Amino acid sequence: MSQDKCTIQVNGVEVEARPGQMLIEVTDAEGAYVPRFCYHPKLSVAANCRMCLVEVENAPKPMPACATPVAPGMKVHTKSRKAIDAQRAVMEFLLINHPLDCPICDQGGECELQDLAMGFGRGVGRFSEAKRVVRDTSIGPLVSTDMTRCIHCTRCVRFTQEVGGLQELGTMGRGDRVVISTYIEQGVNHELSGNIIDLCPVGALNSKPFRFSARAWEMEQRPLIAGHDCLGSHIFAHLMGGKVKRVVPAACEEINETWASDRDRFSYEGLDAPDRLAEPLLRENGHWRAASWDEALDAAAAGLRRAGGDLAALLSPSATVEEGYLLQRLLAQMGSASIDHRLRRRDFRSQDTEIEVPWLGMPVADVERLDQVLVVGANLRKEVPLLAHRLRKAAVRGAGVAFLNPARYPMHFPVADALQGTPADFWLHLATLVRAAAQGGETPPGMAELLGKAPAPEERHRQAVARLREGGRSAILLGNIALRHPRFADIDVLAAALARLTGSTLGYITEGANAAGLALAGALPHREAGGRARARAGANAAEIIARPPAGLILFGIEPGLDCPGGAGWQRAPAGGRFVVAFSAFRGESLPALADVILPIGTFFETDGTFVNGAGQWQSFSAAARLPGEARPGWKVLRVLAERLGVPQPGQATAAAIAAEVRKLAGEVMPDALARQRPASAIAAAGEVSLQELDLPMYQVDALLRRAHALQLTADGLAGSMPEGERLTA
Amino acid sequence: MQASDRIALLSAHVREEIDHWVSKFPAGRQRSAVIGALHAVQHENGGHLTSELMEAVAAYLDIPSIQVFEVASFYSMFETRPVGRHSVSVCTNISCMLCGGEQLLAHVEKRLGIRIGESTPDGRIFLKKEEECLAACTGAPMIMVDHRYYENVTPARADEILDALE
Ligand code: SF4
Ligand code: FES
Ligand code: FES
Repeated sequence: MSQDKCTIQVNGVEVEARPGQMLIEVTDAEGAYVPRFCYHPKLSVAANCRMCLVEVENAPKPMPACATPVAPGMKVHTKSRKAIDAQRAVMEFLLINHPLDCPICDQGGECELQDLAMGFGRGVGRFSEAKRVVRDTSIGPLVSTDMTRCIHCTRCVRFTQEVGGLQELGTMGRGDRVVISTYIEQGVNHELSGNIIDLCPVGALNSKPFRFSARAWEMEQRPLIAGHDCLGSHIFAHLMGGKVKRVVPAACEEINETWASDRDRFSYEGLDAPDRLAEPLLRENGHWRAASWDEALDAAAAGLRRAGGDLAALLSPSATVEEGYLLQRLLAQMGSASIDHRLRRRDFRSQDTEIEVPWLGMPVADVERLDQVLVVGANLRKEVPLLAHRLRKAAVRGAGVAFLNPARYPMHFPVADALQGTPADFWLHLATLVRAAAQGGETPPGMAELLGKAPAPEERHRQAVARLREGGRSAILLGNIALRHPRFADIDVLAAALARLTGSTLGYITEGANAAGLALAGALPHREAGGRARARAGANAAEIIARPPAGLILFGIEPGLDCPGGAGWQRAPAGGRFVVAFSAFRGESLPALADVILPIGTFFETDGTFVNGAGQWQSFSAAARLPGEARPGWKVLRVLAERLGVPQPGQATAAAIAAEVRKLAGEVMPDALARQRPASAIAAAGEVSLQELDLPMYQVDALLRRAHALQLTADGLAGSMPEGERLTA
Repeated sequence: MQASDRIALLSAHVREEIDHWVSKFPAGRQRSAVIGALHAVQHENGGHLTSELMEAVAAYLDIPSIQVFEVASFYSMFETRPVGRHSVSVCTNISCMLCGGEQLLAHVEKRLGIRIGESTPDGRIFLKKEEECLAACTGAPMIMVDHRYYENVTPARADEILDALE
């Protein structure tokens, strides 16, 4: 038998195990259930609840399965008299101070304590003394606290320390006076804080927005893909009467593991916003009135037909593949290629030569296996919280993660280096890095001018290059700030050159949930579905925003908030421009601008497909009921196209449309370094402020802007983390 | 607040003291110096710790503030509220209890007009919360005043001791 395998006996059955592995992993794999509270596979072993006591032959007393390493020949009994007695005794102790207020506890019905008390508790308590009561303090708008219910398993504490990376909760006091708290009354401000709700085995930490609104067994669970960042996290929506009551993560080890970001967990609150649209709206003599779908679609078709070919469309980077595909088809058949989802992008000089589909360049889980990373232009914790978590795992493992940013963004792990510059010029460091990397050798062709501008390399630049070259896997990742920068084309060319010179992968952290999917669906002015170049490019987002055409379609966006410069849009005098808006919300900028507003569903209420940053196609079915007359966006697009007399793809389901796009797109994601890219010959201005580059994390789409509790968090109020937090590795 | 502003609350002497404790542990294990650091800070601050001072210690040691709060709230030798100048503990653990410790405590409470855990209004005496056995059982009942042990204490002797405190 090999060194790393041994045999032990679990309840009389021979089982293979690794010496040193904890017993509970073996019993779990064997299906021999051992009760537990403090043990969690994603956290360190604390062994403080003692619920997992089992009998190990020749050991003088019962042993905690979560903290007892396997040794060859061990004989374990999980159901013997001795084991059960120990487990029952621990349960009695745990219940001594527990309030047993299950009827008024949201955890009731899905509570580990309740379940195990059923299995191991006594019918009658023998403890007749006074129970302890803990006064609650608020830890913020997302997580409710009922600390009298706490059994001190410290899962929440270990989460903030080990996964969150910034310990915010601790065990205060000792013995029977111990309480879990922040000590000074203050919020738990982490962008992953909601996960302590799932981790808490009892009802001490629960969802504040969900509080007292439904029972676990009344709700129906529907799988979904989260629609706010490019990770494509798996989530469950829990519904009652067709309404989303809460969202919890669905386990998907290769994407979100068992976690959900607060943004994905609490955005559903926006679904019920007071300005949610439940019927089509029509502008008539300067006033808005509710209209039937027939009227609204006829008006929309007539208005767009009047515009002739002078048409354009702007859509949300979180629109589905199906929506993007149908919209670009409709436009193309009306004679226009002016469609774009890159709403906040400022620099399009390189669009014809850059990568066809921006993506991470690797599977999500591979990010934590990188050895050296340079992140350029990203407020990563706010842009994609769970991607930042993967980088944290890499850093904790020993990888060097460096940043190049226009500001200092506090990270939750030790940073190898943080290069910084002004919002306009921070990227010049990248040119310096290319110079350092090319030292003595050839500089990439056509780059002399860009490199000439760069300051001479210093020691830290040489070290940064050396780290990327160090061997192992290295990557350069360009984030939202880089993609929004007025010199993106230069940043991109330099990053590609540096990646080549150092043997690194080049990846992109895109905006919205579906930038990759929309690029593949042809929702771009210069590429058609599948990624091939269009014969004649249309206007890009910046051009459409600067010079709106006679007919404009806005899909899933609020121009005043989602398009830089869109705030200045004026309604053209009557008969001038015609604007059709597809939107779930009324908002303020749409009624000021549009002629027809068609009510559509969010990703909670529509069948659809997102392609995540790792190139994974993920389809989902509508989970929630649409309000009133609202309809899924892709269906409305089909009907509108019919009214316009535009031929339709044959199939009438979202799945069939997605399959059609997928056939055009093929299976292989492009390589960012596949072809040499020339530096852009066109000069560009670089002036830009930090506010224009970095967007507050709960402002990125219309649904989030209406998610009440998220808006009350520190990130919601201030748009960024408070300074001065500490790091733990 | 910046870490440097927080650290400014610590005197040069306290910092020296903390450095001394840090040097006793391997590099990167400065968390182990928290107890020593808190003793130094509490001593200089007239017998109690404030949140600001604990945050200063955390910033100085470069660890999360919460880890300092955990230690300060765990050990009974750290006070996190202002207390009287002199700390008085009356042992009521088994040996002392059997030899009249509880009556002694009742006497002291009555005499000072405060309950355990409280300080006299003039800020002279702090009657510390229940203590575990102070390891002077042979001289039970005993009291501890500012780290000094008094054994075989009678109520009259207790009065003398308390009256002698400034
Ligand atoms: S609050 Fe919940 S997770 Fe935290 S220690 Fe108490 S029981 Fe465990
Ligand atoms: S699960 Fe093993 S001690 Fe808590
Ligand atoms: S019981 Fe009081 S000193 Fe031991």
